[in-house]
Amino acid sequence: MKDTLLRFSNVSKNYYGNVVLENINFEVRAGEIHALIGENGAGKSTLMNVLFGMPVIHTTGGYEGDVLINGEKVDIKSPYEAMHAGIGMVHQEFMLIPGFTITENIKINREITLPNMVSRILGKRLETLDMIKMNTDARKALDTLDMGIEEFTLVAGLPVGHKQFIEIAREIDKSGIKILVFDEPTAVLTESEAHNLLNAIRRLSQLGIGIIFISHRLDEVIDVADRVTVLRDGQLVTTKEVKDTNAVEIAQLMIGRSVTIERVHSDKRKISDDIMLSVKGLRVGMPGEMVRGIDLEVRKGEIIGIGGLAGQGKLGIANGIMGTYPARGEVIFNGKPLKMNAPHLTIASGIAFVSEDRKGVGLLLNESIELNIAFTDMQINNGFLHKFAGFTIKNYREIRKHAERMIKDLDIRCKSSLQNTGSLSGGNQQKVCVARALTQKPQFIFVSEPTRGIDVGAKKLILDLLFKLNEEYGMTIVMTSSELAEMRSICDKIIIICNGTVAGVLTPDASDADFGLMMSGSRIRNAGDAALTDKGGI
Amino acid sequence: MLLGEENKVVFNYKGILSWVLDNIVTIIFVLFVLFGFMISKDIRMNYFLSELCDRLFRNSFLVLSLIIPVLAGLGLNFGIVIGAMCGQAAIALARYHGLGGMSGLLFCFVISFLLAVLCGYFTGKLYNKTRGQEMIAGLIAGFFANGVYQFIFLFMVGVIIKVPATHPLIMPNGIGVRMTVDLVPVENGGLKFALENMYKIPFVHALLVVALVALVILFIGYYLNKKRGEGYKNRPVSFGFNVLMCLLIASMAVYVMAAAPKLFGVSSNLNAIASNLNKESDLEAVKSELRAITSEISAIAANDDVIAPRLNAAVSDINDMIIPNLTPAKLNAVTSFIYATASDINTAAIVSSPNVMVSNFMQVRTVPVAVGLLIIGLCIFTSLIMRTKLGQDFRSVGQSQHIAEVSGINVDRTRIIATIISTVLAGWGQLIFIQSLGTLSTYSAHTQIGMFSVAALLVGGASTSRASVKNAIFGTILFNAMFIMSPTIGESLFGAAGLAEYFRTLMVYGVIGVALGLHVWKANKKNRIVVE
Repeated sequence: MKDTLLRFSNVSKNYYGNVVLENINFEVRAGEIHALIGENGAGKSTLMNVLFGMPVIHTTGGYEGDVLINGEKVDIKSPYEAMHAGIGMVHQEFMLIPGFTITENIKINREITLPNMVSRILGKRLETLDMIKMNTDARKALDTLDMGIEEFTLVAGLPVGHKQFIEIAREIDKSGIKILVFDEPTAVLTESEAHNLLNAIRRLSQLGIGIIFISHRLDEVIDVADRVTVLRDGQLVTTKEVKDTNAVEIAQLMIGRSVTIERVHSDKRKISDDIMLSVKGLRVGMPGEMVRGIDLEVRKGEIIGIGGLAGQGKLGIANGIMGTYPARGEVIFNGKPLKMNAPHLTIASGIAFVSEDRKGVGLLLNESIELNIAFTDMQINNGFLHKFAGFTIKNYREIRKHAERMIKDLDIRCKSSLQNTGSLSGGNQQKVCVARALTQKPQFIFVSEPTRGIDVGAKKLILDLLFKLNEEYGMTIVMTSSELAEMRSICDKIIIICNGTVAGVLTPDASDADFGLMMSGSRIRNAGDAALTDKGGI
Repeated sequence: MLLGEENKVVFNYKGILSWVLDNIVTIIFVLFVLFGFMISKDIRMNYFLSELCDRLFRNSFLVLSLIIPVLAGLGLNFGIVIGAMCGQAAIALARYHGLGGMSGLLFCFVISFLLAVLCGYFTGKLYNKTRGQEMIAGLIAGFFANGVYQFIFLFMVGVIIKVPATHPLIMPNGIGVRMTVDLVPVENGGLKFALENMYKIPFVHALLVVALVALVILFIGYYLNKKRGEGYKNRPVSFGFNVLMCLLIASMAVYVMAAAPKLFGVSSNLNAIASNLNKESDLEAVKSELRAITSEISAIAANDDVIAPRLNAAVSDINDMIIPNLTPAKLNAVTSFIYATASDINTAAIVSSPNVMVSNFMQVRTVPVAVGLLIIGLCIFTSLIMRTKLGQDFRSVGQSQHIAEVSGINVDRTRIIATIISTVLAGWGQLIFIQSLGTLSTYSAHTQIGMFSVAALLVGGASTSRASVKNAIFGTILFNAMFIMSPTIGESLFGAAGLAEYFRTLMVYGVIGVALGLHVWKANKKNRIVVE
């Protein structure tokens, strides 16, 4: 047994009573590649924030339990201290300065200097840079990674794969590096780049560095890791030797919840065979949620779920069709082609949108509830307006009447319809968003992350409301969500998005392992489950 | 990957276009000056060069003080106005206490330094609080500081700080500092031309020295880059071009010096005598100097038939009119007579010159060496500091505050240091500016410094995020060339030299506007969201 480099002992963390980590016991040995996996919000980032002493941990009351490095208890207060303790991180978004050379990036704030006349009087900061030594060091680090690129090349314009390697070179150039964290390192790489990276990671582990490998790609985890730890909802599910397990089991552990899913059933629903919305080759440039070619068909009366891990592009679909981000592709709604990148026309054609960005796009936070509810209808359909002496004026009486009906129907808890939406709770804000969308009298509605940041009771209300709209008014709903459970409770089918494309379509009652494998974009999914392909196919 | 592809495309297909866009401001200015030369036949080269030279030495220091904040990511530091006020306060203080000469200069530099460090610290603090809006903050801080400056100079001096009303610095009613204060000439122990007149050499000599020094620096740089293992920084083409330019300028200077008639020297000797003539002069010594000059002129006249009549006339002027009348009572009349004779000889020299270029170059005013050395010193300082850890920190912070912070660099402190350095340099730059003008316009000399310096730097090809010594010097030359040319262009095009003022205003604010617009446009282009 090799010696343990890092150990988390009973680490817990809560943000204002909201428990995000609970009694985590986790260790990394020297020369080991330890994969850490879990869904979004499972607690991986928080665990790493604790390790790096990020300010977000300390400004919210610190953590409980102990972190031990080489068996000694440490209390890391800042990323800078973490660096001195021998912990390095290869970031998902690169921490590289494009206008600097590779050497300058590798040596940032660790420059080698030579004293000169002035620095002897005025201090170390005026010492001259020793570019020769810096270049030599950078060369050494790059050679360790088998990178032939010249160390004095500017970083701007290098391929993403190279940038990743420069980040790694910077970490291994730091003297005494013991633990290296890779956060989704292959997310932005091509297949061959990813292959090179995994080889480099193996080589680093052979140097005796303990590696924490965070990834959603289960096939990579199986490929490269020695052990795997699964987190779910802030709890450590299990730690296993990779050779004792397989991707299906890991996927199951990642998704599986003890709670059973209650499907809502209703006989009154009518799903027609008419295709209401047809999308071909949709590409959307939403930063962090790129959509790279999606085909999709929605029938009238259906409730469709769009799922997938964060950053894979599920949120881009609704945003692209609605025109909030630049998009390309063919969208046909009710038999008529939709003009892309024209939100006004899209809304006018009868599609409503409840955005995932409630505070940014969804609401005018400093305006009243009634104005928020009436706003889109006023803009698009000239509703709630009347003409007076050549001026167009808001019809306050109509707005008030309508808003009060909505407040009653949707049970928005507020003091009056004049209250600012910024002062409402998350659930009630979401209801205002839905009310605004309904005011347009849409036939079709996109709902993104309807229950994000909402407490459990309100979640149920929102889902019931959506279901009721579908049931009573035949409204077609496309719901994008990170929470599988809620989609499985009301959706007719769930489309899983991975890497900007459709990974597959699942029925709500498909197994946890199916969901887990498909979401992680594992390339081995064809190997086993034949049932998967039966349920798939649009 | 995205960035790389974009660069490649720009490089392959739109290379020239993007180069033009990058340097649009510079190109407009070069065209403007060339246009001026084309349409106005009567602008004399010697006048143009003299003016340009004066302005270059007066303004370069101020423009150079802007470089470090740009590199540290603070943008164009309009706050140098505050530094300029510190410099003026130091001069006013020296004038009040009657300090001058070398010691007076040192006093001014020290006082200005102390004030500017203090002001720079607070300006830096302000910039840290107004991240992303530093340029506007600097502009407004400058206006605010102007208010404080006026309060001190117009009210506090006299009302709170007791001063004698009879002092030439103070307004007749004993409250406030006068609008314009004449500095005492350096000969009389004042600050006027204190640096300027320390040591002066003819323009062609300066040209030769600068070209040779630049040549030496080029070779040293090339060698050092090689020795340090940074050979990749040496670009043979541009190195060869620079060496060629230096050699060209040097050989031109040598040619002018060799071909120039000795008469130019005689004429400038006469001018020197006239300018040094005062009541305390030893008149007998002056007389013997004049006699020596007459024999020199006669010798030249004997060899040149064409100008012999003119020269003989000059000789007889000196012998018959000047030397006999050289008495303390008639000093003023004689002085102007000497000037007139000198200009006669000058004319003769021009006639006898082998070509126009030589005579033009010989007539350019002399160059202040001390100021030149200070400017070169600042250029070297700016390049050297960027090679230190502090300079690297400036660059890191300038490129990305976030990454610098994560890497453990104290971003706030680094930005404050950059602001302090800039403010101190601006204060010293204003000292050079004022002593070169010779008068202190107490309430207006500093107001436009910020705008003009910023515009000059931008004209040199700098942007809000990129600047170098080269940009600053080249920009100062081009910008001031525009200043000199505008009246001529106004005269030739519209028959009104008064249009120059509008031209200048248009150009200054136009340049700043275009540069800021381009900056935002480029930033937006970089951040534009694209569909993959």
